[in-house]
Amino acid sequence: MSKGHAPSTEKRRPDRAALFIAVFLAALGGLIFWDTSRLAGAGGYSGVGPATIPFVIASGLLLLAAWTVFEALRGDFPVRERQEVGPVIWIIGGLAAQMLLLKPLGFSIATGLLFAATAAGFGKRKLWFTIPIGIAICLGVWLIFAGLLQLSLPAGPLEHLFW
Amino acid sequence: MSTFEFLLQGIVIAAQPMNLLYALIGVTLGTAVGVLPGIGPALTVALLLPVTYKLDPGGSLIMFAGIYYGGMYGGSTTSILLNTPGESSSIVTALEGNKMARAGRGGPALATAAIGSFVAGLIATLALAFIAPFVVKLALVFGPREYFALMVLAFVTVSSAFGDSTLRGLTSLFIGFALAIIGIDQLTGQARMSFGIPDLLDGIEVTTLAVAMFAIGESLYIAAQGDLGPDKVEAVKGSVWMNRQDWARSWKAWLRGTAIGFPIGAMPAGGAEIGTFLSYATEKRLTKYPEEFGNGAIEGVAGPEAANNASAAGTLVPLLTLGLPTTATAAIMLAGFQQYGLQPGPLLFATNPQLVWGLIASLLIANFMLLVLNLPLVGLWVKLLTIPKPWLYAGILLFATLGTIGANPSVFELGMLLAFGLLGYVMRIFGYPIAPVVVGLILGPLAEQQLRRALAISQGDVTVLFTSPVAAVLLVIAAAALIVPLILRARGRGEVLSQLAASED
Repeated sequence: MSKGHAPSTEKRRPDRAALFIAVFLAALGGLIFWDTSRLAGAGGYSGVGPATIPFVIASGLLLLAAWTVFEALRGDFPVRERQEVGPVIWIIGGLAAQMLLLKPLGFSIATGLLFAATAAGFGKRKLWFTIPIGIAICLGVWLIFAGLLQLSLPAGPLEHLFW
Repeated sequence: MSTFEFLLQGIVIAAQPMNLLYALIGVTLGTAVGVLPGIGPALTVALLLPVTYKLDPGGSLIMFAGIYYGGMYGGSTTSILLNTPGESSSIVTALEGNKMARAGRGGPALATAAIGSFVAGLIATLALAFIAPFVVKLALVFGPREYFALMVLAFVTVSSAFGDSTLRGLTSLFIGFALAIIGIDQLTGQARMSFGIPDLLDGIEVTTLAVAMFAIGESLYIAAQGDLGPDKVEAVKGSVWMNRQDWARSWKAWLRGTAIGFPIGAMPAGGAEIGTFLSYATEKRLTKYPEEFGNGAIEGVAGPEAANNASAAGTLVPLLTLGLPTTATAAIMLAGFQQYGLQPGPLLFATNPQLVWGLIASLLIANFMLLVLNLPLVGLWVKLLTIPKPWLYAGILLFATLGTIGANPSVFELGMLLAFGLLGYVMRIFGYPIAPVVVGLILGPLAEQQLRRALAISQGDVTVLFTSPVAAVLLVIAAAALIVPLILRARGRGEVLSQLAASED
C-alpha cells in the first residue's frame, strides 16, 4: 500500500471521493439514530436498553465522518491505483444475472453465466466458449452438492433432466 | 485430570478414522487455498460453513482448523515461487524466499519453510494445550465487565493499532458494528435496523459478509487492475532437501520464530503478520551472514515462516478459552462454533472436553499430514499456480456464490452478497482494512451483551467498568494501543506500523 501524499507538483486539493465517504458514514449514522430513536424508552431500570449501543455507534460514525472530512480536506488519503471499469462491470453484471435467473433457470445456467462473465472480466471474452463450459462445470457442481451433499441449490430445467 | 491425560484422550478422539479424514480434507484444502493467490483461509472457512451445516460439529471444526494451518503452510509456497504472497502473513517470506528461488535454491527455501512450519506448529500446539487450561481458570473469574474490556482491547488492536491509518481502521470497525445491530436485539427482542424486511430480522450472516468482502471484493479489485501480464513462476530447481549448512542456519531461526510468533498470536494483538515482521528483523540482526539478507538468506525464510504458524496456533488460545477472535479466520471459526450452538470459552472446556481436546489433538496430527503434503508433494501445488486467472477467479466466484445459495437460496441474500462485494471493493480501493468489519460484525453483539449485563448489574452506573482492576488495566492498554500509534503516525513514524498491517488472516 503506497503511503498517501498528493504529488508535489499539484497543490493538495480536497479529495472529493473521500468527502463522499464522509457523507456515506454520516448518513449511516443518521439512519441508525432515526431507526433506533423509537426504542429509546425501552431502557429498563439500568437505563441501558436496545437503543443505547446503536446511539453510541451512530455517534462514533458521525465523529468518523467529521474526521474523514478533515483528512479529505488535508489530502491525507492514499493515492488510488487506476481502476478499469470494464472488468468490474462484467463481474457485477454476472452476479446480477445470477441473482435474477437463479429461480427461473436454476443453479447451473445462472451460475454458468456468472462463470463466463467473470472469465470475461479477466480477459477471456469468447462467450460462445466460456458459457457452455461454465454451465457444464456448474451442473457437475450441482450434481455433487445438491445430489450427494443435500445442499438446497435451486433446480431448473437443466437439472430436472438429471435428477 | 491433568492436561496430559486430556491431550491423550483428545488424540484417541482425533485418531478416529472419520476425524482423520476431516483433518486430511482440511489440510489439503487449506494448502490449496494457501497456494492460490487471492483466496485465504478466512474465505475458505466462510465458504465451507454452509456446506458443513449438516455434518458433525467435531469433525467440521477439525476441518476448519486444518484449513487454517494448511493455509499458513501453503502461503509460503506462493511467496517463494511467485513473489505474490497468497496470505498477508507470507509477505516477509517473499522477501528472501523469492530471491532464493531465483538463485536456484527454491528447493531448500520450500523445505525450510515447511519444516519450520512443522516445528513451530508442533511446539505452538503443545503450548496451546498446556496454556489453555490456565487461561480457562483465569477466565472463570471474569465477569461481564472484564469480558467487555477484553473485547474493547481486541477491537482496538484489530482495527487501529497496526495498519496505515487509525481513521480507516476505526471506520471499518464501525461499519462492522453498524451491520451488527441489524436484526433482533438479543436481550429485549426488539427489531433494530430491519425496516420491516423479514430477511433482515435474523441479522447479517457472517459468512455472507466474509464471502462478499474477501471473494467478490478481491476479485473485482484484481480484475480492475487490468491485464498485468502473466506472473512468473519460478521452477523448483535442484533438490528440495537442505544441506548441512542450511540445517545449521535454520533450526535456531525456527525456534526463535516460534518464540516470537506464539505469544503475539495468543495475545489479542491482531494477525500473524506482526510476528513475521518481528522475526525477520530479529534474524537480520542476529545473522552471521548479513550480506545475504536481501539476496536470499535462509534464516529470513525459516524464522518468519515459523512465526507465522506459531501465531496461527496462538490465535486459537483466546478463541477457544475466551471466545475472543483476533483474526478474520478466527472470527469465522467462531461463527462455525455458533452454527452448532457452541460458544467457545471457559465453559466449553467443562461441558464439551471431547470436542476441545479432540480439536487440539487433531492439530498435532494435521501438522504431520501437512509436512508430508508440503515436502514430497510440493510439485503438485506448484501446478496450481499455473491456472490462468480467468478460470481461477471464475471458479472462485462460482464457489463463493455456491456457499451463500446453499445456506439461503434467496434473491435477497444474493443481493446482499453483491452489495457487500461492492462495499468491499470500494473499501479496498481507498485502503480500508477488511478484517475489522468481520470482527466488528461477529464480536460487536457479544461486546454489547457483556456491556449491558455489566451495566444491568450496576444499575446503570458506568464507573463500574473501571473499578475492577483487571478491566481497568485492559482498558488502559486498549487506550494506549489507540493513542500511541496516533502519535507515532503524527510524527511521521507510521511506516513501521503500516508494514505491520493486519489485513486478511
